[in-house]
Formats: sequence, structure tokens, C-alpha cells
Amino acid sequence: MTRSHDEERLGELLRLLRPAPEAWVRAAQELPFARRTFDEIVARAEADLEFRAALIADLEAALQQQGYEPGRRVVDELRKRLTES
Amino acid sequence: MNQLSTLTDAELVQRCRAGDSDAWGELVERYSRYVYAICVRGFRLSEEDADDVFQDVFTRAFMRLETLRDDSALRPWIAQLTRRRCLDAISGGGREQPIDETSTEVGTAGMEEIDEAFAVREAIATLSDACQEILDRFFAQDQSYRTISDELDIPAGTIASRIARCLRKLRDELEGRNDASEGSRD
Repeated sequence: MTRSHDEERLGELLRLLRPAPEAWVRAAQELPFARRTFDEIVARAEADLEFRAALIADLEAALQQQGYEPGRRVVDELRKRLTES
Repeated sequence: MNQLSTLTDAELVQRCRAGDSDAWGELVERYSRYVYAICVRGFRLSEEDADDVFQDVFTRAFMRLETLRDDSALRPWIAQLTRRRCLDAISGGGREQPIDETSTEVGTAGMEEIDEAFAVREAIATLSDACQEILDRFFAQDQSYRTISDELDIPAGTIASRIARCLRKLRDELEGRNDASEGSRD
């Protein structure tokens, strides 16, 4: 991907790759931590039937009550996982 | 420049697979503008759709890093994931498009340019921190001379000449790469 560039063209190309919103980048960077939280919640739900029932009844409320604050994607993934199992 | 930013893509992927969350942070940093550009410049998605695609691409990349067969092919892999998700967003369904590299007509015209921009950004990383900063602020962040001057504490009257000097260095760096790649083909 190399070709000759005048300075005007370089400016155009630099403008093309603008920073993504910081919050998006941060959320993506936190995926490993979100994943750990996710695994922890799933393991607990498998071992604790009462907790699992509370999750199924009202996922967000049950998570908050237990001190978890996972992002929307983890919640969506968790909901999918709970309904599948 | 941090130590992780000097790693090749293949090295970065290997560290991510080993569970290094800092390496994952660098991978996201390295590719965030690229994915964002494909979404909003290549496919002209709304910010809302672009946010969904952006998060989904990195979630899938994180979950499926094990399936990447050639660690050095991270960029085309991420590009493919992003294009597919953009097409899903455009078609309005949650379903994944079938894997067909020839069916990505939407946005294809912009992909070559976005790839070219990515190569230029890689070349920028070889310049001094001062050059990287001023070029990024002026071109990618649309900052005015006044803002750059205030934030970097340099005289406003020297900004234009500094930008021109850094662009020349960038051009020289890219021409050096051209010469090297042409030389290697001889």
C-alpha cells in the first residue's frame, strides 16, 4: 500500500482516520474485564439456582443488586446464554 | 511511544491470546480509527449504527482471536469483520451476511483509500512524538492553529511551518518505504 504522496494528499489521508469516540474505545478496551465478569456471573448462576432465577426474572436488577455493573453487550450476551441454557 | 506500540500485529495477537489485557488495549487503540473509518466513511453508517458495529467488531475479534489463522493478517481480518457487520447494519437485520468477499460492493470504493490511510498512519509512528502530535491534532482532530498553540505551548506563528516540515518527513518516510519495496521486487 505504498504510492507517491504529495503533501495535500497526505493531509486528506490523515483526515480519513479520525479518532473514534473515546467512550467506544474505552468500552472495547475493557472487554477482557467484562469477559471475566461475564464468566463469573455465569459460573455463579450455574452453581446457585436462586441467583439464576433472579437473573431470569429481572436481569439488570439482579445484577445491580449483586454489585455487578456490566455493560450493555455483556448483559445482552448473558441474557442469550441464560435463555439458551 | 509505549513499548506495546512497537510490537508487530503478530506479536500483539500472540500476547492477546496469552491473556495480556494491555496488549488487547493496544490492539484496540491501533485499529479503532480504522474500524471507525470503515463504518462512517466507507459505509456512511449513522453514529448509532457505527457504535453498535464498532463494539461488535471488537467483541467478535476478542472472542474469536483463536480462529485467526495467520497472526500477521490481523488488519484484513478486522476489515472483513467490520465490512460484514456494516452490511448487516445496512440490511437492518441482526443476521450475519454469508461470507462472500465478492459481495461487499458497498463501501469497497472507500476501502482502498482507508487502507492507504492506515499505511500512512503506520508511517507517522516513525516520526518524532512532536510531529505525530501536531499532524494528528491538525488533520485528524481538526484543531485550529490557536488551539494547537495553546495546548502544546508553541507559538501560533510557527504551526504552519511545523506542519509542513512534519509532512515532508512523512512523505520522505513513505518514499523510503516505496523505494525499499520496489528494491525488494528487483
